[in-house]
Amino acid sequence: MAIFLNADSKVIVQGMTGAVGMKHTKLMLADGTAVVGGVNPKKAGTSVDVDGKDVPVFGSVKEAMEATGANVSVVFVPPAFTKSAVVEAIDAEIPLVVVITEGVPVKDSAEFFNYSLGKSTRIIGPNCPGLISPGKSNVGIIPGDIAGAGRIGLVSKSGTLTYQMMYELREFGFSTAIGIGGDPVIGTTHIDALEAFQADDDTDAIVMIGEIGGDAEERAAAYVKEHVTKPVVGYVAGFTAPEGKTMGHAGAIVSGSSGTAQAKKEALEAAGVKVGKTPSETAELMREIMRNL
Amino acid sequence: MDLFEYQARDVFEKHGVPVLAGAVATTPEQAREAAETIGAKSGGVTVVKAQVKTGGRGKAGGVKVAKSAEEAEQLAGEILGMDIKGHTVHQVMIAQGAQIAEEYYFSVLLDRTNRTYLAMCSVEGGMDIEQLAVERPDALAKVAVDPNVGIDAAKGQEIVDAAGFDAETGAKIVPVLEKLWAVYRDEDATLVEVNPLVKTNDGEIVALDGKVTLDENADFRQPDHLALEDKAAADPLEAAAKEKNLNYVKLDGNVGIIGNGAGLVMSTLDVVAYAGEKVGSKPANFLDIGGGASAEVMANGLGIILGDEQVNAVFVNVFGGITACDEVARGIVGALDTLGDAATKPLVVRLDGNNVEEGRRILADRNHPLVTIEETMDGAAAKAAELAAQSAN
Repeated sequence: MAIFLNADSKVIVQGMTGAVGMKHTKLMLADGTAVVGGVNPKKAGTSVDVDGKDVPVFGSVKEAMEATGANVSVVFVPPAFTKSAVVEAIDAEIPLVVVITEGVPVKDSAEFFNYSLGKSTRIIGPNCPGLISPGKSNVGIIPGDIAGAGRIGLVSKSGTLTYQMMYELREFGFSTAIGIGGDPVIGTTHIDALEAFQADDDTDAIVMIGEIGGDAEERAAAYVKEHVTKPVVGYVAGFTAPEGKTMGHAGAIVSGSSGTAQAKKEALEAAGVKVGKTPSETAELMREIMRNL
Repeated sequence: MDLFEYQARDVFEKHGVPVLAGAVATTPEQAREAAETIGAKSGGVTVVKAQVKTGGRGKAGGVKVAKSAEEAEQLAGEILGMDIKGHTVHQVMIAQGAQIAEEYYFSVLLDRTNRTYLAMCSVEGGMDIEQLAVERPDALAKVAVDPNVGIDAAKGQEIVDAAGFDAETGAKIVPVLEKLWAVYRDEDATLVEVNPLVKTNDGEIVALDGKVTLDENADFRQPDHLALEDKAAADPLEAAAKEKNLNYVKLDGNVGIIGNGAGLVMSTLDVVAYAGEKVGSKPANFLDIGGGASAEVMANGLGIILGDEQVNAVFVNVFGGITACDEVARGIVGALDTLGDAATKPLVVRLDGNNVEEGRRILADRNHPLVTIEETMDGAAAKAAELAAQSAN
């Protein structure tokens, strides 16, 4: 089945007609994703020729869903417009909205996340690479050719570490690989992904990649201990990050002792998760597990 | 971005939060002039406060009461230039003296764990709040704040009730909390803290000392925030990198690091630190050239790193997702050719992913004597650590 995204996913792109949105719409289509439309109120009723495929543009998410049966939206609009794009998707009751946009003010993320509570939309991101269920669908900016379908589930805060780990484990392949983003407020957490992978028949083992900042990894560790019976391998980036400095991701800031890579590693190990020192060592731990399954 | 106390005071004032008069001074003379004006409101008494972005300045002798403008000048002379926990004092704030009856604590901040906001309040302020939270957690009220609702009169009442204020004091504090919420919301803050929030002998509520952290992601809609940046404190290399829109943090090692993606670069620092343990090498910086970086961005990054005198060797670690490895390779070759004889430091390059064959081919064709190509991240880290240690000897 894979998680959150499968062969039946019909995808619309909010911000398709912008440069970044267009580039990745092409790549998503080339990777076999069913991109069924774009959203741009100013270009409603037109269509865009994307490498020979005619993709219609709708005035709103609601119209696009009614016309195409779309059940996933991916957001490429600039930070200033991201909140209203996500709120529109929530109001249209789309089941999944994937927010790729980087640099969204945390106030906006906090507002749209809290607005989504009790409603029917799952948010992934913001500031994330999206997710891929290889061979089924690819939503966001994860390159489609790193690894194929397989039985490992991957969840990561970081985009490039997602790619690196997929590359290291390409001989096994993935049910779903999901980048949840490293911002302080994100819609889908490690725990949400772990819960879905545990319930997914196509996933045998899980790789979880975290980084400094917050306590999401510690809480995920507690969740693994209680609820996850599938083998989990972990990696945490940022052991050498100095305190009080932000390193790229708004979330990757260490202040005080809580939130350090060491604390996260210890919490994961205490929950029975094998934690690698480097991405390569982490991949090796997973290879051993996959060989012995 | 954290604000200085005087900047927080100004922002509070802008939103109608009650504050005392205050002015910033960078010389003892300026301090005297400020004290003459401000002291007139409080019987000549002012407080000279070191402006540093760290706690514990009172204990360090960075906050002193002056009974006259002359004394303020003298105290400013002592405090300016002082070192407080590694922060040099470049500015003091001259604040109006206050007759304090009681000290309280209030803050509103982002609660990452619950993905909402949190207000914290205590009838016991003025002390180290982290200590209070550990020693007597019951004395610190914590109230969740819905980002889409904020602190209105009802929420303000809930907060003061939870903190255990008497009805009369609580009624005076609620409107102040609503104004502090306006600071948080309208300035795109991730932290607004008042410690202490005081009741004066006259029964007035005043925010005596404030801490504000602003979200830099919101700069596009907060044009005033640019002026609040502390440009003097920035490392020169960090400033140069910022000018070129590079995400760079200076560290204290000898292996320069360039990579793409914050997670991969952080991971690269760790891998270099492990590999360097044996030979005494450490990462010199964090530099993320971001997704889809062009040859020019790569060349800019390399320029910054090679400008760091502490760097003995450079590790370029790129996994091409959106970034194409051939662009990265062209950037490396271009930067080295531009630098010519000025380039003297060895480069270890590990490329994988998008267009990697072409990237490796470009580097192999150029066959630059300073460039070593490695196949794996761990192998490249070991090589870079080793080269950096050798160059140091």
